[in-house]
Amino acid sequence: MALLEVKDLQTSFRTDDGVVKAVSGVSFELDRGRTLGVVGESGSGKSVTFLSVMGLVEKRNSIVSGSVMFDGRELLGASTSELRKIRGSRIGMIFQDPMTSLNPVKRIGWQLEETVLLHNDVTRKEARKRAIDLLKEVEIPRADQRVDDYPHQFSGGMRQRVMIAMALINNPEVVIADEPTTALDVTTQAQILKLMQRLQEEHEMAIVMITHDLGVVAELADDVLVMYGGRVVEQAKVDDLFVKPEMPYTWGLLGSLPRPNVITTRLEQIPGQPPSLLHPPPGCAFHPRCEFVMNECRVELPELRPSTVGENHEFRCHLDEEARARIWARKRAAMMAEDAA
Amino acid sequence: MGYFLIRRIFWAIFLFFVATIVTYLIFFVIPSDPAKLIAGRNANAQDVARVARFYHLNIPVWQQYWIFLWNLIHKGSLGTSYITRQSVRWMIGQDAPVTASLVFGGAVFWLSLSIPIGILSALRPRSLMDRASMTFVLIGISAHPVWIGLILSFAIGYKLHLTPIAGYCNFFTGNAGASCSGPIQWAYHMILPWIVFMILFAALYVRLIRANVMETMSEDYVRTARAKGASERRVMIQHVLRNSMLPIVTILGMDIGLALGGAIFTEQIFNLPGLGRQIIQSYSVFDLPVIAGVICFATMAVIVFNFIVDVAYAFLDPRIRLT
Repeated sequence: MALLEVKDLQTSFRTDDGVVKAVSGVSFELDRGRTLGVVGESGSGKSVTFLSVMGLVEKRNSIVSGSVMFDGRELLGASTSELRKIRGSRIGMIFQDPMTSLNPVKRIGWQLEETVLLHNDVTRKEARKRAIDLLKEVEIPRADQRVDDYPHQFSGGMRQRVMIAMALINNPEVVIADEPTTALDVTTQAQILKLMQRLQEEHEMAIVMITHDLGVVAELADDVLVMYGGRVVEQAKVDDLFVKPEMPYTWGLLGSLPRPNVITTRLEQIPGQPPSLLHPPPGCAFHPRCEFVMNECRVELPELRPSTVGENHEFRCHLDEEARARIWARKRAAMMAEDAA
Repeated sequence: MGYFLIRRIFWAIFLFFVATIVTYLIFFVIPSDPAKLIAGRNANAQDVARVARFYHLNIPVWQQYWIFLWNLIHKGSLGTSYITRQSVRWMIGQDAPVTASLVFGGAVFWLSLSIPIGILSALRPRSLMDRASMTFVLIGISAHPVWIGLILSFAIGYKLHLTPIAGYCNFFTGNAGASCSGPIQWAYHMILPWIVFMILFAALYVRLIRANVMETMSEDYVRTARAKGASERRVMIQHVLRNSMLPIVTILGMDIGLALGGAIFTEQIFNLPGLGRQIIQSYSVFDLPVIAGVICFATMAVIVFNFIVDVAYAFLDPRIRLT
């Protein structure tokens, strides 16, 4: 049985303008020690999906339904105290912006110790020792001194290391990293990703890597979920996805990856805007931006269906097998020609 | 810290000069003849001239101001009142404790009301509690202190006989000529003025605290704290409160500093012999030394409390260093 099994997760928010459906029927599985990459634009529902899994969406004006099984226990509808025991201890979280994700008026040592003390029956002294150990593990120099510093005394990359240390301090089975490198500069991004890879091997944990960067997914993930408009539009093992992406949105994502050998004045982009979740377009949510749009796309939402390449490779698209194969072959040939040029 | 202190002291001195100079200038723009007022209705021209000489009213304004400064720096004296012939320093010494009782007692009252209400309505926006407190806030902001004071004095003091209608009692016993004294009588006489202060300021502070707590609760580090497994209570106490109270400290310090200069309306209504009432009385008789003295004191109060705020702020927020 999978460690984390999400079935038909739906999250809606009541707003003054109406109900916003942020997540509509997301299902996936995550096994121990695996890495799941979750890709999509801003507003595709990827962050909300995992905040819902953790029970961290604002309860007062939201509705969450479906099923979230963690290690055989249902988390949706579980009591707050039960969820609290899991948060920070069995599932750790790393957030996007390290500049604002740490409490500015508390020493980082205090914030790390808090995570230890919330879940373990240890003294503050022991918790402090653990905090210093973790800071050393995430390669913060002079950890035994820096533990008494405040967040503003750290750089962005160093703060994200502190966040990682905080997520790992209780040896969680799952770490959910919500765009952990988006707010960092490129060299720091690479360092943080390498660090996470190393820590994953040492701690044998599963990682959910939420990102809008397929490059990060290619480097770290075993499996990929591509999300669009609150739905999974394609899921696959990472190699299968890069071998045969099955739908236009994924093609667009792959096409907009910067490639080292291609010198262009501007990067490829997917035209148009992500869909409004308040008034989603009828049929396939991607159809207003899709260059291969057909009449039925405007009316009917395509179901997830299996691909011919790879196991558990599923996608949503009305295009038939022959058309998809032809289009992808053409796109890939064009990209390779550019790479070679 | 040293640099900060020096800069602060220079600022304080500068502000002090500006405040006193402006006071002097305003006073001399008003068409009046203090010498005539002091000498009395039956005085002849000779007497008025003698009075003017005695009080240095016959020399240019800037020289008068110089004498005022010289006396202040050299002897620590603020001069004597034209009307009562009493030392202004002594008068302020009498009045300031009354105003301080009102302001500090009032601050305790308004904070102990607005902090819990502000937090509760932030936790449950649009709830009954939130709406009720908003109504209270509206009344508090819209109503004039004179009206609130009179209504309370009439209803609670005059009709229900629960409190005195007006008047003040010294906190310390043994003051000659006082009709009543002691902590209990003091608090008994101050309770209505405190409530007026509470209604006026709590209204503002409930709004402020509510807004700040709500803003802080949507901060990323609060979400981090929840993701760590902290309880809502812990999140509130350890992560939200201190951060959301930072701006409140600034405003509280400024309000207290300002109010110490005299709570004119409240003192007037409840017949409290504080600085606010003193300054009103002195204005009506052009008693310049007293007015200048009270303004000096008020300026000092504002400067001192701003300084306290800055130090407190640096203590509460590690990002701020006093340099």
